[in-house]
Amino acid sequence: MFENLLSLTVWTPIVAGILVLATGGDQRAPLARWIALAGALAGLAVSLPLYTGFDNLNGGMQFVEMKPWIDALNIHYHLGVDGISMLFIILNSFTTLMVVAAGWQVIEKRVAQYMAAFLIMSGLINGAFAALDAILFYVFFEGMLIPMYLIIGVWGGPRRVYASIKFFLYTLLGSLLMLVAFIYLYFQAGKSFDIMAFHDLKIALSTQVLLFIAFFLSFAVKVPMWPVHTWLPDAHVEAPTGGSMVLAAITLKIGAYGFLRFALPILPDASRELAPFIVALSLIAVVYIGLVALVQTDMKKLVAYSSISHMGFVTLGLFMFTGSHLNQWAVEGALVQMVSHGFVSAAMFFCIGVMYDRVHSRNIADYGGVVNKMPIFAAFMMLFAMANSGLPATSGFVGEFMVIMGAVQVNFWFAFAAASTLIFGAAYTLWMYKRVIFGDVGNDHVAEMKDVNKREFLILAILAITVLGMGLFPQAFVSKMHLAVNDLIAHVAQSKL
Amino acid sequence: MMSLYLLIALSPLVGSIIAGLFGWAIGRRAAHVVTILGVAVSAVFSLKVLHAFLTGQAEVFNAPVYTWLTVGGYEFSVGFLVDSLTAIMLVVVTSVSLMVHIYTIGYMQDDPGYQRFFSYISLFTFSMLMLVMSNNFVQLFFGWEAVGLVSYLLIGFWFKRPTAIFANLKAFLVNRVGDFGFLLGIGLVLAYFGGSLNYSDVFAAAPALASKTIQIFPGVDWSLLTVTCILLFVGAMGKSAQFPLHVWLPDSMEGPTPISALIHAATMVTAGIFMVSRMSPLFEMSDTALNVILVAGSITALFMGFLGVVQNDIKRVVAYSTLSQLGYMTVALGASAYSVAMFHVMTHAFFKALLFLGAGSVIIGMHHDQDMRNMGGLRKYMPITWITSLIGSLALIGTPFFSGFYSKDSIIEAVHASHLPAAQYAYIALVIGVFVTAFYSFRMYFLVFHGKERWMENHDSHHAHDEDHEDEEVTADHHHGLAPDQTPHESPWVVTLPLALLAIPSVLVGWFAIKPLVYGDFFKGVIHIDAARHPGMSELAEEFHGPMAMALHSLTSLPLWLAIAGVATAWVFYMKAPQIPAKIKSTFAPVNTLLEKKYFFDEIYFAVFAKGSRALGTLFWKVGDMLLIDGLIVNGTAKLVGAFSKVVRRMQTGFIYSYATTMIVGVLALVTIWFAQLILR
Repeated sequence: MFENLLSLTVWTPIVAGILVLATGGDQRAPLARWIALAGALAGLAVSLPLYTGFDNLNGGMQFVEMKPWIDALNIHYHLGVDGISMLFIILNSFTTLMVVAAGWQVIEKRVAQYMAAFLIMSGLINGAFAALDAILFYVFFEGMLIPMYLIIGVWGGPRRVYASIKFFLYTLLGSLLMLVAFIYLYFQAGKSFDIMAFHDLKIALSTQVLLFIAFFLSFAVKVPMWPVHTWLPDAHVEAPTGGSMVLAAITLKIGAYGFLRFALPILPDASRELAPFIVALSLIAVVYIGLVALVQTDMKKLVAYSSISHMGFVTLGLFMFTGSHLNQWAVEGALVQMVSHGFVSAAMFFCIGVMYDRVHSRNIADYGGVVNKMPIFAAFMMLFAMANSGLPATSGFVGEFMVIMGAVQVNFWFAFAAASTLIFGAAYTLWMYKRVIFGDVGNDHVAEMKDVNKREFLILAILAITVLGMGLFPQAFVSKMHLAVNDLIAHVAQSKL
Repeated sequence: MMSLYLLIALSPLVGSIIAGLFGWAIGRRAAHVVTILGVAVSAVFSLKVLHAFLTGQAEVFNAPVYTWLTVGGYEFSVGFLVDSLTAIMLVVVTSVSLMVHIYTIGYMQDDPGYQRFFSYISLFTFSMLMLVMSNNFVQLFFGWEAVGLVSYLLIGFWFKRPTAIFANLKAFLVNRVGDFGFLLGIGLVLAYFGGSLNYSDVFAAAPALASKTIQIFPGVDWSLLTVTCILLFVGAMGKSAQFPLHVWLPDSMEGPTPISALIHAATMVTAGIFMVSRMSPLFEMSDTALNVILVAGSITALFMGFLGVVQNDIKRVVAYSTLSQLGYMTVALGASAYSVAMFHVMTHAFFKALLFLGAGSVIIGMHHDQDMRNMGGLRKYMPITWITSLIGSLALIGTPFFSGFYSKDSIIEAVHASHLPAAQYAYIALVIGVFVTAFYSFRMYFLVFHGKERWMENHDSHHAHDEDHEDEEVTADHHHGLAPDQTPHESPWVVTLPLALLAIPSVLVGWFAIKPLVYGDFFKGVIHIDAARHPGMSELAEEFHGPMAMALHSLTSLPLWLAIAGVATAWVFYMKAPQIPAKIKSTFAPVNTLLEKKYFFDEIYFAVFAKGSRALGTLFWKVGDMLLIDGLIVNGTAKLVGAFSKVVRRMQTGFIYSYATTMIVGVLALVTIWFAQLILR
């Protein structure tokens, strides 16, 4: 039954998306919603066997599928996952379900198209995580831009056109260079786009550096790393709630995943040489962006900046070299941070969405004393705010803790700068929480707010259980990634000169 | 044994979850019954555990519960270490918590957040138990942050009050500064002490690292143990409110009084003291770290005591007294007298919880007026509160035979015996501190319980108490005060019973505990003292001849007479000649301002850190992100492309004649060049 599992995770949501589109106009919106929900559930259902059927003792690619696609160029439909990518496919399928539920009543116009965009994007993202052929990866990687572009551009806020074009151009610019790099590697590998074949290529250092820069520009924009991050706050602010959830939870992860799958194993020597540069940018992201987040007046911008700061931990962890060895703590910490941030940021954006639906404002100053009217909501948001501040027993702690522990082993000052997030992260998150949630009822709009309905409660509760579960039992998924990370570290340790 | 310890730790959690998640369904009564039951189970079995350790029947228990995480072949487990040190903390935490739970029934009876409050304090109890029962640094940090979280939630319990939600954010952030150091310290432990975070592994690896140095700054060698210990101590400074991270504790009084007693006096704030005692094998190896501890502790002990003298809010006096006493405990740690520090943690937990709950009872009696200037003569109206508060105060100032006497005098003796350079300074600070403690304690005592009944006056200063019960419910701790026709009244039995029960150990526990705890082998193998380098405690042990001899000996020692002088001065100033303090106040106005402004720490911190980071954030945002990156590079590129296109666009007019003209001009130019080349050749 596992033969075509990965194909199912890719195509189930896409087919469901097309079915949803087929329902047509808004007069059949309820039908579109239910089909979308069924599709998202089916998408999650077919991705869960990846976890249960995963062989912890097998370090290689699992659930592999390979069929010729474009013979002339030796391009294959080649899918497979290791303990790293498997987790992201599940995270993505899960997030899609949350997003479909989150947009249930909130989206009233072009419902079918909205739901379809998310479902199709979900399939494309799963494809990007599963692809083992560079061109296939490129197609999925670029393809998922289109639904996101539409989501922001059609269902977004007042400056949606500026934001969507900025998002599109920013990310497209980087990925074109990646395509050039792929074509170079194709010829080096004897006319093959097999990513695993790329991993074994011998490449001169100067070439490695050039290729690294190409990959870097592509992935750094996605992560996003400082200073190519400015598209993210704009995109988040304009995107509808669901768009922000996917953007933060999944899209950013593709960038970090790219470093992991391409830059590090294909170009280990260049990665090592340029690691100080990446580390510097990551630490700037943690500290600089942490301070920027502090002074935001727009809740979504604040959480967007907080995402950039948290992703700084990811890129920091991925490039913690001692000699030629990556630090295992830091790499696994980066991966945990990616998954955890997926849940926490999605939850934070959903919380903001819940308030936005009631008051139609993202400004912190327009709120105050929400807890008086929405105590259940406030309790949930407290949990997510604490997770965002990295409180132990929530998922937010595990990744940050592991990266900091790894960084101390490499260089005390890396850890010192990174650990400052303990203070800044708490400061910006809880200061926002204080101004929005605590206090006496701030104004008439807040006075009219109603506590969460059943649908919102369910979404919040599922996210809360996940965040707590990951914080208390991280072993459940960290054990899946050990072998893949060990392989990566061993692979990166070998020079390819 | 595992199931016993799981029962101790988890039963408050179960109570908390039931009261927290289902409090709306089960109602008030069920909520307090279930949480009190949970804590009572913990308390009973904790006593059993302590009894087993006291009688020597128990063995040290050290085992994992479940695997939290494995990385690089190393396994991190949530696990329990239960030894005599844990046993003491278990009893202190659960017994004070139980008293506070019962007291809360009376104190919070009209509060709409009744169930939530019980849920929080039970959750706190669980977190604190996990902290003290941990057998590794990770779980310690879990508990450490969890108690911080509950403290945050409880300081901001009355979330409508601007002061409360300011204070809780401040408390959390200042604690985070401490945790920042603490986490880096844990990082160094993991990196250098054998790749493990289990206490036993780390302590076993430590001796081999005595002379190991690391270079935090390139080219400068620092002792690994010193750096590690100081970083760990930074964590303790946050949680135990030591100078300069003390600023959060006085503001934490914004929370309801029961939690001031439980969290901000008896248990959570002593977590730092407990942690350093637990790490004694590490701290013993660094004299530098011990000196730092001595300095921080003695500054806190003395200078925070001074602040207690000028406070008029009854809770704030007790809060500053707590800060000062935490300083005493810290100094004991610095003097390698870990057992004495733990002894003071225990006695202080009882008498300080008593004082806080007594203050709370006074506040109830005064209808939520906390200003001591409006009190006076309350002993007639609140006899139980009066007697118990007197007992608490006598214990605090170190009256012979009271519990506080034995622990505090032992600290002073231990510092006196310490050979570290900073100990001499610390000794002077502590001895002066004795006078200050006695003075502010009895200033409070006289102002509240004796003298003129001042609530009869000053009626215009606070509005009359109306019967608007809605308002009362929501803002239970607000300044209301008594109406003209009201007199203070004794609190209900749920309030006075805990007072009476806490008064017993406040008197007795010192007498019975000093011999086994400080000079016996109760802590043998748990607290480690390098007697060759720090012989102070073993010297003292030779001079110790039982609690009676110690009390008699104190008659000829300086601290007792300073305490008596303090009480006498307070009596003269606030009973006999109340004009004197006013006169001193006006004569030394600058000093008074300095004290009333708490040495301007809040102002400085706010200006530098809060405003500074916001200014920096704004700079990065407006200049870095918006002007340079977006303005110059991103939109600049777009504009450049736009401008270029604008020029190029002119060429594509779409008119045949313009293309034709351009073509002709081009052809002519080419022909001219061609001819020119021909001619020139």
